[in-house]
Amino acid sequence: MLYRENGQFKTSYAADQQIFPITQDRWAIIGILVFAFVAVPLLVDEYMFRAILIPFVILSLAALGVNILVGFCGQITLGAGAFMAVGAYAAYNFHIRVEGMPLLVSLLLGGLTAAAVGIVFGIPSLRVRGLYLAVATLAAQFFTDWVFLRVPWFTDNASSGSVSVSNLQVMGWQINNPLNKYLFCLAILTVFALMAKNMTRSAIGRQWMAIRDMDVAAEVIGIRPLFAKLSAFAVSSFFVGTAGALWGFVHLASWEPAAFSVDRSFQLLFMVIIGGLGSIMGSFFGAAFIVVLPIALNQLLPAIGDLVGVEISTAGISHAELIIFGGLIVFFLIKEPHGIARLWSTGKEKLRLWPFPH
Amino acid sequence: MGFFLETLIGGLMAGMLYSLVALGFVLIFKASGVFNFAQGAMVLFAALAMARFAEWIPGWFGLEGSYLGTAAAFVVAGALMFVVAWLIERLVLRHLVNQEGATLLMATLGIAYVLEGVGSSLFGSSIYTIDVGMPKDPVFLFEGTFAGGLLINKEDFIAALIAAVLVGLLTLFFQKTTTGRALRAVADDHQAAQSIGIPLNRIWVIVWCVAGLVALVAGVIWGSKLGVQFSLSTVALRALPVVILGGLTSVPGAIIGGLIIGVGEKLSEVYIGPMVGGGIEIWFAYVLALVFLLFRPQGLFGEKIIDRV
Repeated sequence: MLYRENGQFKTSYAADQQIFPITQDRWAIIGILVFAFVAVPLLVDEYMFRAILIPFVILSLAALGVNILVGFCGQITLGAGAFMAVGAYAAYNFHIRVEGMPLLVSLLLGGLTAAAVGIVFGIPSLRVRGLYLAVATLAAQFFTDWVFLRVPWFTDNASSGSVSVSNLQVMGWQINNPLNKYLFCLAILTVFALMAKNMTRSAIGRQWMAIRDMDVAAEVIGIRPLFAKLSAFAVSSFFVGTAGALWGFVHLASWEPAAFSVDRSFQLLFMVIIGGLGSIMGSFFGAAFIVVLPIALNQLLPAIGDLVGVEISTAGISHAELIIFGGLIVFFLIKEPHGIARLWSTGKEKLRLWPFPH
Repeated sequence: MGFFLETLIGGLMAGMLYSLVALGFVLIFKASGVFNFAQGAMVLFAALAMARFAEWIPGWFGLEGSYLGTAAAFVVAGALMFVVAWLIERLVLRHLVNQEGATLLMATLGIAYVLEGVGSSLFGSSIYTIDVGMPKDPVFLFEGTFAGGLLINKEDFIAALIAAVLVGLLTLFFQKTTTGRALRAVADDHQAAQSIGIPLNRIWVIVWCVAGLVALVAGVIWGSKLGVQFSLSTVALRALPVVILGGLTSVPGAIIGGLIIGVGEKLSEVYIGPMVGGGIEIWFAYVLALVFLLFRPQGLFGEKIIDRV
């Protein structure tokens, strides 16, 4: 009754091509943005910001990037953590080596450097496909792990690659408390998400999807695989690299290469697969799921233990977390192999027909 | 010259050990098209089971100090791997038939988490040792030919021998037995195999059992070399380049790939490592595999990829 496009007529091309063609969707997005920018800061305490919201926002950005590559262009990557590391360390180098470099510029330059590295490691994708490519992208992961640990120039001669930044500000706006950090990351995420959404529904996004669905056929109808695949690698790495820079600068403030290990890559891939491949919305769902689940388990398990009168040791909790986390992932994949985004879109379809489904 | 040969032989033996882990990947991929990231966790799980049962069983039955206890532990751990294989097929794979490669990959990662969690809560998470009575002392060969002779680790040699025997047995199993033929048929075409009456589910259980056994052997050998601890599950990451280099569908490929990677790693570490600061083993293997892939995208011995529109 409430959610349907009946009676919404489009009289111009511009109206026909807008991102959200249904009025209710537009209002919902505005509502969500207002909620995220205004209501959340009023409602939430510092712990929530630091433990959940900031990681969620930054990892959503990274998941968006991974989704562009895996979900839209069909190139499985296990090296996303590497591009986060490249983004973070490149931004760090720009930040400390260039006098008076504005924060935003160094973050974006970090992203651009990651994009360049992404193109280099994307070259094998022209020849190697599927699972072979997935393993090949691990080369990027282990190589960057090694570089930032062993080559002192990149880390300003810091021992074991641990670096730190402080005194972050954008045009006089100090980013020093969790609230400001959250707002800063959220603003960047909003811009990037809009960019991703527009890119995926324009010519370049369609090229990516054609390559994903069948690359030989795409090549036959005149799509250049070289351009399509490498541009997907570049855009994806740009997103992931910027997210990595934010993760280092804003969330961690001081970090070492282990922050971007192969586990991070797996985590990002989990996000896009559980959230939904080839769906912008899905990246957010996936990030929320993966960020919140371990924290929720961590809080819930001792409580449940108390309830049934069993004292669970710390080691026991961490083991149980692993088991439940893995089990839930398998469960989700079995129940909804297309991810949470699919549930979301079936829900919307149902709503459109409600209350007369036949 | 002697030093070079020593490095070469060390590399070959390390390569055989990688092949053992790689074999598990190949077996499962061949028969079910699943890229099993849980192989590392299975190795860890099997090694943990072996280490702990070898400790417990002699105590329960009064078999201290005899080989019988170790043998019993091996059998029990093997049985446990069968149970794990059956559970994985029953609870996970059966429900994920015909899903995309990426989904299956993630499902096996989920299995890996579960196995690691279950393994360390059942068997504890400290560092254990496995002692199956392999000789540890090194021997010198060809002392007449080279100054000082060639130093060879007996343990490595036996491990490589076991790996070779295992590969031989598996090849026989695949080529000569009815079950082996059924496995190959399933690998070729699920639907066609099903239509001539091969039970898919049973075949999958069998292949996961075999992979579990291979994981157990790998776990025992790696475990007695490095000690059984959490980091054992990362041997899977070391074995991945071996798998793609040799080809995901080829058993001999896993062996040849293992040898190439083993030798490449050792030689690069010794001859290139000092120039760039060392520790290059792990990514060098991947880059080496990548270079081979650029020329043969399906791996050295993998089935040729044919595209049809």
